[in-house]
Amino acid sequence: MGSMKEIFNSLLLKELLKGMSVTGKYFFARKITVQYPEEKTPQSSRFRGLHALRRYPNGEERCIACKLCEAICPAMAITIEAEPRDDGSRRTTRYDIDLTKCIFCGFCEEACPVDAVVETRVFEYHGEKRGDLYYTKQMLLANGDRYEDQIAQDRQLDAPYR
Amino acid sequence: MDALMNFGQGIFGGVWPAVWTLIKIVLIVAPLMLGVAYLTLAERKVIGYMQVRIGPNRVGPWGLIQPIADGLKLLLKEIIVPSKSNKGIFLIAPMLAIAPALAAWAVIPFTDTLVLANIDASLLYIMAITSIGVYGVILSGWASNSKYAFLGAMRSAAQMVSYEIAMGFSLICVLMVSNSLNLVDIVNAQDQGKFASWGLGFLSWNWLPLFPMFIVYLISGTAELNRAPFDVAEGESEIVAGFHIEYSGMAFALFFLAEYANMILVAALTSIMFMGGWLSPVGFLPDGIIWLFAKMSFVLLLFLWFRATFPRYRYDQLMRLGWKVFVPICLVWLVIVGVWMMSPLTIWK
Repeated sequence: MGSMKEIFNSLLLKELLKGMSVTGKYFFARKITVQYPEEKTPQSSRFRGLHALRRYPNGEERCIACKLCEAICPAMAITIEAEPRDDGSRRTTRYDIDLTKCIFCGFCEEACPVDAVVETRVFEYHGEKRGDLYYTKQMLLANGDRYEDQIAQDRQLDAPYR
Repeated sequence: MDALMNFGQGIFGGVWPAVWTLIKIVLIVAPLMLGVAYLTLAERKVIGYMQVRIGPNRVGPWGLIQPIADGLKLLLKEIIVPSKSNKGIFLIAPMLAIAPALAAWAVIPFTDTLVLANIDASLLYIMAITSIGVYGVILSGWASNSKYAFLGAMRSAAQMVSYEIAMGFSLICVLMVSNSLNLVDIVNAQDQGKFASWGLGFLSWNWLPLFPMFIVYLISGTAELNRAPFDVAEGESEIVAGFHIEYSGMAFALFFLAEYANMILVAALTSIMFMGGWLSPVGFLPDGIIWLFAKMSFVLLLFLWFRATFPRYRYDQLMRLGWKVFVPICLVWLVIVGVWMMSPLTIWK
């Protein structure tokens, strides 16, 4: 008896009609598309985007060349060379991040004892030729200067949880 | 009209009938190609809406120029011919796919007078011409010299041959009740009977007395078109694109055009065979080509709806459906219709 019922149900296309009624209902549902350049989804203050090197308010760069970020970087995207400066403090002579290797895990940011290397909220950047996404120390410091307000504000928001 | 005829006769002389036929062909094919272009947009929009997206909306208002942009892109792309392919057949195959898709339109009646070639065996012509379409698919898969293309072609060949049988049987019922192979006569035969005389024409169309055949025709039509859920010939998740995997540029575009032109063709045939063609559904509204287009749009919407809803059939299930379900149903209904026609209860005289 059960199998007869099954045959009738399949001949009457019951399940197919049920499926079509579901898609038919969603045809009139409110659309959830975010129309990207005009509309954007909200970002977390912990968003991990383009990297930046920060400075202290007096203009001195924060990085002390401890190389913890270079050591922890799972993609080996960071290259650091360092020398003592004339005033005896230890500073980097080279600090490069290859953004084509970077996986944006945020470990460098977490490892940094002086909050020097950070990831900003910027994700809309691009390169037009090979090597454009190889960021040198100057470029990273420039990023830091440019987005310092946002960076400082995000660190402030995150401070209670660190 | 007479003035136009005389004018043409004056300019072209003896070749005027041929020129006039060519003009009529252009008048059918040009709107058809436009319809194909906008069917692709409609498909993306409808499927997008059913997936709670909004579909293409960047090129022009509501994405209305999108098909033109797509066409231009395909036109400008390079046609890559694989070095190990059979070049001649490789390039002929897309033409073999699109030519029958367009040729079949010659006998489609848009109204009882508006038809390019009102031949007596038009249904037979349609069945013959649409069956040729499978050669384009088979030859493209064979000539590509690629295993995926070959698998797709083999699947497509077996599938189209199987579903052709169910399709043919369901059409036999139609021609039994309308007593003609002429598509105009088939439509006119649907305008008779009790319901039609009461002004409820849509109840006297073939879809109601031949309802199982209508469903069988619709589903085997979908299978003939190699469309979801019967798109095993393409099967992008298993054999990546099936028979047209090696095609690019305009050669690919021809397959694409053929598929969508066939979709519109099957929609037109379903409307003519089962849904009364240009006949108006109720008595107080005049018959006209607009009803045919409305019915075709409905069937096309159904095809898009199917694609948005159903997962692809497994290959053996597809064959089971064609041979073990549709063919027996058709044979049984064929006998029922025959007995019904001979019994005193007949609604066809």
